[in-house]
Amino acid sequence: METLFPLGIEQYVVGGLLVGAGIAFIYVMTGVVAGVSTVFTSTWSFVFADPTSFFRRDKFIASRKWRLSLVAGLVLGGFVYLFLFNDGNATVTSLPVLQLFAGGLLVGIGTRMAAGCPSGHGITGNAMLEKSSLVSTITFLAVGIIVALITQNVL
Amino acid sequence: MNFLRHIIIIFGGAIFGLGLAYSGAAVPEVVLSFLRLEDFGLALVIGGALLVTLLTFQFLPKVINTPLLGGSFTRPAKLPISKWNIMGASIFGVGWGLTGLCPGTSFAAVGMGNWPVLAGIIGMFIGALLYGMLRNKGLKGIE
Repeated sequence: METLFPLGIEQYVVGGLLVGAGIAFIYVMTGVVAGVSTVFTSTWSFVFADPTSFFRRDKFIASRKWRLSLVAGLVLGGFVYLFLFNDGNATVTSLPVLQLFAGGLLVGIGTRMAAGCPSGHGITGNAMLEKSSLVSTITFLAVGIIVALITQNVL
Repeated sequence: MNFLRHIIIIFGGAIFGLGLAYSGAAVPEVVLSFLRLEDFGLALVIGGALLVTLLTFQFLPKVINTPLLGGSFTRPAKLPISKWNIMGASIFGVGWGLTGLCPGTSFAAVGMGNWPVLAGIIGMFIGALLYGMLRNKGLKGIE
């Protein structure tokens, strides 16, 4: 066990159950399935006025406001952790900003092309028993592991 | 969507974000340690979240007819398995493997004071902009 989980398992299990509880709570109360990555597309509908634009499809217009509330909640949750569990000590990554930006660019393109990310496909899509979500999840896990293993001694 | 629904979604999103922060999933280095097969904890995070949502999505609509605030239980449109899933998830996988960032964890990370992750979020918005512009130019896709 200690070789698979060198930091123990308590934080992983509790955190994962909390993630599920947040998504389940939103579903019980509102019926909304809370995937995250669509916000990167739907928010652009506030900028582009052309009604034929991809960004103004009905599904993006209809959900664009609550998606912003969802990401506000995600930031708030991290903020609550910062003060309740980490004594106000910020967790700052040592990865270079340019690397984060470049990776983010690929995350933005890829999640929108696949219509989902680890929350939309990996959690909610799989929980809906969607076959396309299972295929996406297996694909990004496999590619992510290969890329992380190849680059670990380079970056 | 009325004010109360937004408050509920912010509150639920905060539990979601707190879970990402508490588990370490919102820390890029923890995600990378999983992808480098050094610590399998992230599988427990996804597994725990999946267990709760699976039970909720599969059984709740059989117990109550409508959400507690009214309306109806939505489900994302059924999407066929296509090359776009494979290509998109592969492109995402490269970005994930390079940085340990994914959409939900990045927002929680910013709340934890991880300000450099903002560069990743800006990249995600620009990446989705580029993808949408390609769709406007006639690229096919699944949504």
